Amino acid sequence: MAEELRIVLRHLGKIDPMNIDDYLKAGGYQALKKARGMSPMDVIEEVKKSGLRGRGGAGFSTGQKWLFAHRMEADEKYVVCNADEGEPGTYKDRVIMENDPHSVLEGMAICAHAIGASKGYIYCRGEYPDLAKTLKNAVDQAKDKGVLGHFDIEVRLGAGAYVCGEETALIESLEGQRGEPRYRPPYPPVSGLWQKPTIVNNVETFANIAPIIEKGSAWFAGIGAAKFPGTKVLTLTGDVKNRTFIEVPTDTTIRDVIFEFGQGIAGNKKFKAVQIGGTSGGFIPETLLDTPIDFDSMRQTGATLGSGAVFVLDQDRDIVDVVTRITQFFEHESCGKCAPCREGTMRMRRIMEKINTGHGNKKDIALLERLGRVMAGACLCGLGQAAPTPVITTINNFSTDYETRLV
Amino acid sequence: MMDYKEIISPYASLEGGIIEAFHAVQAKMNYLPEEAIIATAEVFKIPVKEAYGVATFYSYFSITPRGKNIIRICESAPCHIAGAQEVVDALEKELGIKMGETTPDGKFTLEFAQCVGQCQETPVITINGKPYGGVSPESIPQILGEYK
Ligand SMILES: Cc1cc2nc3c(=O)[nH]c(=O)nc-3n(C[C@H](O)[C@H](O)[C@H](O)COP(=O)(O)O)c2cc1C
Ligand code: SF4
Ligand code: FES
Repeated sequence: MAEELRIVLRHLGKIDPMNIDDYLKAGGYQALKKARGMSPMDVIEEVKKSGLRGRGGAGFSTGQKWLFAHRMEADEKYVVCNADEGEPGTYKDRVIMENDPHSVLEGMAICAHAIGASKGYIYCRGEYPDLAKTLKNAVDQAKDKGVLGHFDIEVRLGAGAYVCGEETALIESLEGQRGEPRYRPPYPPVSGLWQKPTIVNNVETFANIAPIIEKGSAWFAGIGAAKFPGTKVLTLTGDVKNRTFIEVPTDTTIRDVIFEFGQGIAGNKKFKAVQIGGTSGGFIPETLLDTPIDFDSMRQTGATLGSGAVFVLDQDRDIVDVVTRITQFFEHESCGKCAPCREGTMRMRRIMEKINTGHGNKKDIALLERLGRVMAGACLCGLGQAAPTPVITTINNFSTDYETRLV
Repeated sequence: MMDYKEIISPYASLEGGIIEAFHAVQAKMNYLPEEAIIATAEVFKIPVKEAYGVATFYSYFSITPRGKNIIRICESAPCHIAGAQEVVDALEKELGIKMGETTPDGKFTLEFAQCVGQCQETPVITINGKPYGGVSPESIPQILGEYK
């Protein structure tokens, strides 16, 4: 039987998130103390050797990213925590921060030491106003206790734009602008917030840092999948019996996630499909359920791990209708900066609606496939590049659902 | 008239704090009046068109007046398959308005939202930011009762 392993959720239910003394008693901020006794390069080496890769979706090596920022000469550098969590079906960052805000602050402070930053921001999505209070309370208490030293953290509230989860859009938003992604390069570790070297990491990424420093890179590297070690927090939605969140090693299979932890399909129905990684993830059929959830294994099947959302559909669900809904989401959330996405998401939604209402034909499918290729290659940011994924993967894996709708 | 500058000024020293300032205005007014946007532009020393650009980019901000209580219904896929449409129908019927509209007495506004991060119990609505999970058409009158 597969089992949960709690690293980032290690304090869940065990400490009072509003009281820093609880966190301190549980050994909190000891890793920061240890890191400050190490040279910045040694800290980066340790994080690199742990194999930790970003939990926000792109799966980039955290230590390598920090190294880029460390190497830059600048009068100011910034550490930014991406708490914009807007991926439909995802609430894992909220669970982490609600239950253990200090573990995120501690990870940020260790990063600040490693790259040489004195200022940090937490960009918290606008839909979580209560969470922003929890975070501000944690920052105030940490400052009062003096544990952060000269590192200052400010909590900022987003205002409802999915694209602001994209790191350069997030930076624009922090600067008080419209949240439109930037052209890259330069990447944020070279030139980010106010053109200064900036590390943007996901909440879950930061929450992994203190345990890695405390227990060592070898311990972390030995957990889960070799090339994407550690755990992943997943949120189960849709037609599973047990709609909950879990934290599991990264070599856990999708089958175990759905049938062990999720207790199978609700209402004694059969499994039809699962979309992992959020709304831009691929739809996976039964034949691929034995794939481990780690980044690379998922990639190989044409799917993504993404944010760790697990959205399950039973046999009676109308895939074409669900995907049509998803194309509306992307049309709505496209920021409009680049034409392939601004126009493409609108066209995609129109064609899907045509098929969904029984007016589509074979040519429309071919058109979707072609549009998908163009968008994946030509869009400026990940939103437009990944928007076709649910459409294309369902055309590939659930073709009969489409064929029965065509005229 | 409200003294918007009084609300906005505390944020003037925050670098990039215009979004925080808009949040503060909207907490008082439920939307961003034109005068408030102009005042913000002055306080932050940016062109008015830029302040407008920011105000209209984010779905949380509205530049048209809204009701006292703002009801948002999540229409993302997990809420969609859990019956969000039936909840929309029930809300429209109960309040006698369509999505995007405000009741004549100015008490309620209905808006669509994308995932609000409370997907453990779908479908989800929020009223003034407070989430209600596992909502059914039958539960609507009781929930609205809290705000009448
Ligand atoms: C459209 C879009 C939305 C994104 N939303 C988020 C998000 O909500 N949270 C997040 O951490 N990363 C999000 N990302 C990924 C970020 O751009 C970035 O890769 C991440 O914050 C880096 O942190 P990590 O290396 O710790 O994963 C998004 C990317 C795109 C293209
Ligand atoms: S791909 Fe879409 S969201 Fe990204 S910059 Fe282009 S228009 Fe904006
Ligand atoms: S999908 Fe509706 S709250 Fe997340």
